[in-house]
Formats: sequence, structure tokens, C-alpha cells
Amino acid sequence: METILVLLHIDESGNLPRIAFEALGAACELRHGGNANFAIGIIGGDIESAAGKIGGCGATSFFGVSHPALEVSRYGTDLAALGALVEKVAPTLIVAPSTSRFARVLPGLAVRIGGQIDTHITSIDPGAEGDAVFAERWYYRQRMKAKFTRDARPWILVVDGGAFEPWKGETGSVALQMVSPWAEGGPGDNVTRTQVSGIETGESGTQTIRPDADLLFVAGAGWAKKQADGQTHVPKAEKLILGFLEGAKASLGSSKSLVDQSSEGQAVLTCLSHLNQVGQTGTTPRHQKGLATCCHGEEPHVVGWRFVQERRAVNLDANCGWARGKADVVYVADAFEVVEKLNDLLGV
Amino acid sequence: MTPFHIVVCGSLVPDPLQTLEPTLGPEGPGLKNEMMLPSVLDPWAGHALYEAASLATKHPESRVWLVSLGPKARLQQLMMSIAQKAKFELVAIDSSASGFIDAQSVARTLATAIDEIDGLDKNRLLLFGGCASASRDAGVTVQMVGELLGLTDQFLAVDELEARDDGSLRVLERIEGGKYLASTVRGAPAVVAWATGKLPEPPNNPQVGMQNMRTILPALQKAKAAIPNRNSIHYQEVAIPQQKRETRVVKDMSVDEIAREIADWIRG
Repeated sequence: METILVLLHIDESGNLPRIAFEALGAACELRHGGNANFAIGIIGGDIESAAGKIGGCGATSFFGVSHPALEVSRYGTDLAALGALVEKVAPTLIVAPSTSRFARVLPGLAVRIGGQIDTHITSIDPGAEGDAVFAERWYYRQRMKAKFTRDARPWILVVDGGAFEPWKGETGSVALQMVSPWAEGGPGDNVTRTQVSGIETGESGTQTIRPDADLLFVAGAGWAKKQADGQTHVPKAEKLILGFLEGAKASLGSSKSLVDQSSEGQAVLTCLSHLNQVGQTGTTPRHQKGLATCCHGEEPHVVGWRFVQERRAVNLDANCGWARGKADVVYVADAFEVVEKLNDLLGV
Repeated sequence: MTPFHIVVCGSLVPDPLQTLEPTLGPEGPGLKNEMMLPSVLDPWAGHALYEAASLATKHPESRVWLVSLGPKARLQQLMMSIAQKAKFELVAIDSSASGFIDAQSVARTLATAIDEIDGLDKNRLLLFGGCASASRDAGVTVQMVGELLGLTDQFLAVDELEARDDGSLRVLERIEGGKYLASTVRGAPAVVAWATGKLPEPPNNPQVGMQNMRTILPALQKAKAAIPNRNSIHYQEVAIPQQKRETRVVKDMSVDEIAREIADWIRG
């Protein structure tokens, strides 16, 4: 029988991030109707309240590492805390959410505990009880998908956001068993050489990335190209895009070619940075809907909206690689005109 | 200013414009015609290399090594395209660059090779690499190498590193929601897995290329062969998902009608 440990952390507001509930949902799929040993491990500053939020998840035990040093995300202290939880539970399977904090530290944890790790898990097949557990993830930047298993234990499965049904259930008080990775006096100098000074907004200065938005608006290089009058209209493009984002409460993605223009000395949209880049060398966000405008190109860029469910595009080229065979609808039209009208309709 | 010893882990990946087709053979999955596919330096590893070279020029007497694991012949081809971009010393490891090789096996091979670098001062070590690769795309290898080398200050998805006069390093890491986590580490050693960084791809510099080739060719000649561990992971299936959609092409609607239809769709 497998022993499952779900590793979680609280965020800067003291709550469990949304993806933590998805990781918990993934772990519940592994439980074979509740037969597996099932423990929760949480790290952070004050974790009691967060533990209560998942009190009804059916875990047989709740462990925690709570310390002021864990109020911030730092490799050294996070690794020590997670290592202590693993030592306490001795799990065979570890499930964790793919947050930036865990993405940094969990590979090191795998080395330290002599385990295996797979990241970006999008599906788990628990099989019948006693059978091998299979997992799925994408390779070559979302261009092919593989189903695989491992014999070795412990096996860390880091699940991607948007791929699993989040756990929903009763809250309730839990008997949280505290674990201490450090002797009295707290973490030593060897794990606190790094001091976290805080969170900063991206270089564009405007908050345009909204992972929880229903809609992803993808701006392509055409926004900064010469228009029908032979001139570029970058300030107007920026105003239209920012207006649309506000009106539709959308998140902004961009093709690599548009982002790269800043380093090539061309007129650029100041609301964009590399953080907005989607595609093979950017992110592959998971939104319900995606609207691509002025995009061009083929596979490397289109992987950026591989996980977007409903897709539409506005493009002057009906055969654009972003759209044909990949979008549900392509509108052959001038995106400047369409977005201007859209903003009127959205009350911008 | 303190000179750094910067080790960049980076290898080749298929040119992103190539169509990739998986195959499942007796040794596990691979790509159809893998050895014939045009390849490029992995984009994130490229950013790491350019940032390393830039940092080294600002800190005299710093050294940059590129530790690259891949089939020797293909590494040689890769060097032809990147040798003129940045000054580095090559450490070549002759092995498979397949994305289906387990990251832990790769990390152990890389850590061993780094341990054996002649003249490397680990107190000055900055271990650079990409935050993920365009092949395996696991985002774990650099952290594992760092852990194997005993480096407990690690940073992932870094876009900016500022080396200060007091020896400390200020780092900006990408986190959720398009934000950055700002941290300062007292100094080397540290692990820095780069996102895109801030630098454009440098132009070709033939003089740098000539200097690099003096060390690249001997490094390729003495590249050690490493046999990857293919037994730790068992693939059942590898496939390209069929995602072709029936696209409705709308050519004769007015702008007003298009905007209205999109607005209705957004409101859902």
C-alpha cells in the first residue's frame, strides 16, 4: 500500500494558493477509495488556519513546519522544512503543487531524500489497487505527451495548475503535529545566506498578467507594425490593449516576436515584458478562453495557447498559422478597429 | 571586484521550427530522425550563457565554462553557431540529449563533470543554466546539480542578477502573476537558473570565435562518454495529441458585428 504525502505551503497572505487544492484533488485520485495512508504536510509562518481549510480532506494525519523563517520563499529553509516532513511521514508518493516556491526546491528535495521527481504532471492514473501508478506530462514544450511510471520510491509528483479538479470539502479543526527541522535557535547561517527583500511588480509597471482571469488576450507583432496608412500606431495600440484588458478583465499574453522588439530597437508596447510571452520559450497559461490578435507564426508560438479551451483570433490573414486548425473562429479583420469597437461595447 | 567562476549547463535541442514526431524503441522513446534534426542551443541555456559572459566581462579574471551534454558530433555542429557569441571554455560530455532521459541521471553526470573541472574554485562558483529546457522541460536539472554540489542558495526563473561591490548578489526571480521575488545572497556560491534575462542575443564576434575554438576542439576530442540511466522511468506511450480544430473563417462580417459577437462570447 502506498503512503501518500501532500506537501503544501501558504502564500504571502497566509492562505493556501488555489493550486494547492488542485494538488489535493490529484492526491485524492491516488487514494484508491481511501485505502492508502494519506498525510498532509504544510510549511509556512502561521499555518494553523490554512490546515483547517482542508480539515475534511480525509487525511489520516496533518503535519506542519511553522517558523518565521518560512514566511518567505527561500531554497535553504524550505528544503530543510520539507525534508523534515518527509522524514516524519516516510511516504512512497509525494504530491505537490507547481508553485514557483516548490518548483525551485522540490528537485533538491528529491536528491536529498534519494527519490525521483516528475514535474508538470497533467494527469494521474492510479490503476487498480496494487497496480502501477501512471502519470502524464508534456515534453518538448507541449508538443508531445507521454504516459509513464516509476518503480522507485519515494516518487514526487508535482502537478500543474488547471489540470486537476480542486478538492472541495468541509473545513474543520485538525490536530496539527508540528515538526521541527532545526535545533533550538532556528535555522542556521548555512540556510539563511539568502535574505528575501520582497515582491516587486514586473518591469512594465502595469499588472497585466492575471492567472485567474477567464480570458487570455494574446497580442502579436502586428500591433507594432505599419498599418494601412504606412505608419505605426504603437501608443494607440497600447491604449486599446490596456483598455480591453480592463474592460474584459483579461490577462495579457504576447508572442515572442512582439516582446523581442524591445531589444531590437523598434517601437514597443511598454505594457509588455518577457513575462507576458507565451509559447515555446514563454508560458503556456491555462485560461478558459483565448483571443489572439495580430499574431502570426506556427507551432512554436501556438503552443502558448495549447491549454486554452475556447479560442478565437482576429487577423488580416485568414490562413494564419495561429488560427487555422487551432482556433474555433478566425475573424478576418483589422484588430485595431475590432478592439476599439469591443472596448465601446465593454464600457471602456 | 570578486572574480566569478561561472559554470553554465546547457545543451542542444531540436530547432523549434522543426516538426517533431515521437518514436518508441527498445531503449525507450525518442524522436524520429533525431540525429538528423537541425538543433540549436536551448533558448534558456542561451540566455544563461549570455548573462554569464556579460557578468564575466564586468568582473575581470572571471571564467566561464559551458558544460554541455549531447552527441559529440552534434555538439561540434552546435559550437559552430555559438562559439562567436560569448567567450567560454567548453566541457563536453558525449551522451544522448534526448528529452526523455531522466533528469536525475543527467544531473548526476553534469555534477560529476563540474566536480572534475580543473581550476574551478567552488567558493566563487555561480552555477548557471536555463530554468527549463525546450526538450525535457522538467525545470529540475539545474537545482539537482546544485544540490549534488552542495549549493544551498538557489534561484529559479531569474531575469536579473546584480553583483554588488560588497560581493553580494541581488536576484529577481519570476513568481506567480507576473511578479518578481527579490532576494539578496551574501555572495557565491549560488545556483541561478535563468528565465530570459535582460540581454539580447549577442552579435557574432569572429575574434571570440577564434579564441573559443582553441579550447572547443580539444574539449570535444577528450569528451567522456556517459551512458544515461534509462531504467528509472518506464514509458507506456508517447504521442502527439490530435488537436486540429474545425476553424470557422469569418470574412464578410462588419467590424460592428464581429465586435458584438466577440463581446457576447466573452460575457459567456
